[in-house]
Amino acid sequence: MTPPLNPYFRFDTMVVGAANRLAVTAARAVAETPGTVYNPLFVYARPGLGKTHLLMAMGHGAAAIDPSLDVEYLTLDHFIESFHAAIASGQGEAYRKGFLDVGLLLVDDVQFLTGQRETQAELLRIIDAMQTAGRQIVLTSDRPPAEIEALDERLIRRFAGGLVIDIAAPDYETKVAILRRKAEERRATLEPGVLEAVARLPIDNVRELVGALNRLVAHQAAGESVEPEQVPALLGVKARSSANAGGDHSQREPAGAKASEAGADADIETSSSAAAAESADASPRPSPPADEFGDFLSEISATLSQQIESWRGKVAAAILRWGGEGYRTGRLELLLEGELSRDPEEALREFEADVRKLDTLRTEVEKIAPALAGSPLFRDPGDVAAAEALLEQAREGADPPPAPSPLWRLDALVESAANRVAVQAAQAVIAHPGQKYNPLVLVGGSGVGKTHLLHAVGNALIAGGLRTVACVGAEEFTGELIEAIDRDAIAQWRKRYRRVEAFLLDDVHLVAEKGRSQDELFLLFNRFLESGRQMVFTSAVPLPQLSGVEPRLLTRLEGGLVAELPIPDREIRQRVAERLLSEKLERPDPEVAAYLAGRPADSVRAVHGLVQRVLSAAEAQNAKLSAAFARSVLETSPVRPARRAAQSRGSGLVAPGIGGARSREKMVWDWPDIGDRLIEEWR
Amino acid sequence: MRAFAPSSGGDAMSLVNFAAREITCKIVYYGPGRSGKTTNLQYIFGRVPESRRGRMVSLATHTDRTLFFDFLPLDLGSISGFATKFQLYTVPGQSYYASTRKLVLQGADGVVFVADSQARRLDDNLESLQDLQTNLLTQNIDIRQLPVVFQYNKQDLPGDLILSPPELDDALNFRAVQSFTADALHGGGVFETLKGISEQVLRRLAAGEPAT
Repeated sequence: MTPPLNPYFRFDTMVVGAANRLAVTAARAVAETPGTVYNPLFVYARPGLGKTHLLMAMGHGAAAIDPSLDVEYLTLDHFIESFHAAIASGQGEAYRKGFLDVGLLLVDDVQFLTGQRETQAELLRIIDAMQTAGRQIVLTSDRPPAEIEALDERLIRRFAGGLVIDIAAPDYETKVAILRRKAEERRATLEPGVLEAVARLPIDNVRELVGALNRLVAHQAAGESVEPEQVPALLGVKARSSANAGGDHSQREPAGAKASEAGADADIETSSSAAAAESADASPRPSPPADEFGDFLSEISATLSQQIESWRGKVAAAILRWGGEGYRTGRLELLLEGELSRDPEEALREFEADVRKLDTLRTEVEKIAPALAGSPLFRDPGDVAAAEALLEQAREGADPPPAPSPLWRLDALVESAANRVAVQAAQAVIAHPGQKYNPLVLVGGSGVGKTHLLHAVGNALIAGGLRTVACVGAEEFTGELIEAIDRDAIAQWRKRYRRVEAFLLDDVHLVAEKGRSQDELFLLFNRFLESGRQMVFTSAVPLPQLSGVEPRLLTRLEGGLVAELPIPDREIRQRVAERLLSEKLERPDPEVAAYLAGRPADSVRAVHGLVQRVLSAAEAQNAKLSAAFARSVLETSPVRPARRAAQSRGSGLVAPGIGGARSREKMVWDWPDIGDRLIEEWR
Repeated sequence: MRAFAPSSGGDAMSLVNFAAREITCKIVYYGPGRSGKTTNLQYIFGRVPESRRGRMVSLATHTDRTLFFDFLPLDLGSISGFATKFQLYTVPGQSYYASTRKLVLQGADGVVFVADSQARRLDDNLESLQDLQTNLLTQNIDIRQLPVVFQYNKQDLPGDLILSPPELDDALNFRAVQSFTADALHGGGVFETLKGISEQVLRRLAAGEPAT
């Protein structure tokens, strides 16, 4: 696996001085336009001068500019390891090809290529392939390419073909700047002149410089004030070069120089007295370092700081990762801001567990209520309980069934002698839901206003105080049922409907021959009837003529009030026409409405069609709409529309311009209402 | 806070207390009797500024053998915002103090095994190492999971009396953990050993392993 980029190693956290300015400038150029300027870029420097920092900064910089860019950071060790693994599993070719998808390849510590002939050959192939494909490669090493022992000449030439650049040891000013930044990061305030004194010491390695600072900070934290002149002594610069009496024997010989006076048979015992130890110091042996504890403290501080930085890095990486996947990471950000106020490992484990839990919850919600799956609650590991509650709601059927369309209002419905029974029954239902007529079944032909009345009842019930009213077409009802069966979420689907306070079903005749829909409807029907909740149905087919519907359902429908919505009589037609005309015209001619009402129309929709036609024709011809005009439109051959003014508005469809075929004769500008057309054709 | 004296049967404390912003490392010097464990602690005690060390508690018999245990608390001050404390313990090496050793081992974050380099003490070293492993096991700690370093002490004795570090590695250090040569009486290798074990213990922090 590729190690992630350390989030701290960015361009803006790098102190730029004379020693690294050139390298940083080149690196920025490469990060801004990978694959175009210096390819490959080879950066070398002694350890601790910021190679890895620069490399990762390029990764961050390039990714910030182009988030889609695939950035890969590898140490050579990683490279070798994964190369060997790929070879072992017979995936060598795939491994090589994998690099062609990488936009910016960052390889650290290539000095270890020494003697790795196979790896060198593979790296050469990858560099060639990536260069050809315009991909950027950046390499770092602790020495220039020519000084890497036994490095393939071809690789040296490839490196030289790009840009080989070095980072020198920081100068005094840069060292001071680095120390100031690090002190700020550690929130340490040192006496004036202390950092400058550290910078004057012969320490060129930035890591060691930071180690020295850590040590001073540790001294200061213990309540010892640190003065500039004490710095060399406190840091033990001289002591560091003196010999130690002991140490890791893998690096040095055992300290068995001094012969003991005790006999071979005597148990030579180390004394438990501190005084003895002190007196022994007088003997001619290498004296121990001046400040062993100080050294120890300094090293421990450095190790611990590293560990704590590594925690911060882990948390920061997790924030980037989860944030990138769309999860809210406030909890982790708080952890960083709060200076790790709790165990970061545990916090990360818990965070990931919560993310997994959210995923599980979301998957379940997707099954039972897909509309809820997009809720931001499933992206907030900070509040899993809310997501759980939402799922619970979904289980209970909270995803509400379709509601009545607010466009249909009761006051927009024209009442006349013909439809009075139905309208009054609807009003009774609205006034006393579930008590007066339950169910109310509205029967009538197409376009007579059943759906309008149904939705209007639904809206009035909501206005009357019911919170949930389901108003759904029979086809949609069946469609939902099929989907619920498919998702194995039938129980949730039932709950959705069972919890509403009124159930309005349009076109109940369409459940004919649909056994399962009828079963569900039957169960629902009984529940609603028992609990006194209102049901309203519409049917385009008179109930006695309805075939394919089970008698148990049919008899129940007939058990309520069946109200007929007849073909609109002249009175309705006239009032509909009057209303529509007055909506479009400022002072409609009353004779037009009277004329239109006299035209044969078997539905309100047909009246709409007639009004639409005469309005369109008048608009097209820029004529005043009179009864005579309406007659000429409706009773003579269809009028060819006049040239259409650019700004004219019409409710008819406009065919989109197709290439050069813009012949006005062939273009249909205004389409009559489709219902109207069908009626005319039928005639 | 870790208790001053190890309590029996208590849960091991965690190395880092985030709420209190405190890191406490418990390091136990283990090894056969007279191998120089207490000497290690005494040398450290002598080198630590007074402001940084607590009172060294040594419960010794009249013959100056460690009877119960030695305890040396070190205060390293605030490091990266964490008050860092080390607690160094020794166990009594004599085989008849087995229960004390178990007690002291509880909650150890790392163990320094102080071996006596004298050839004739090899069996004692082995016995003590075995004892360490057994005692850890009774606390459900696998010795492979716990930071352990070896210190081959008394390397200042004449070469014909002692085993060389490679010989001692062969005999004792079969898991190839870090080992140090030392002359604890004069301080050689003492801090190197302490650094070695401390770094191992601290590096485990971010490795995500539960500190036992």
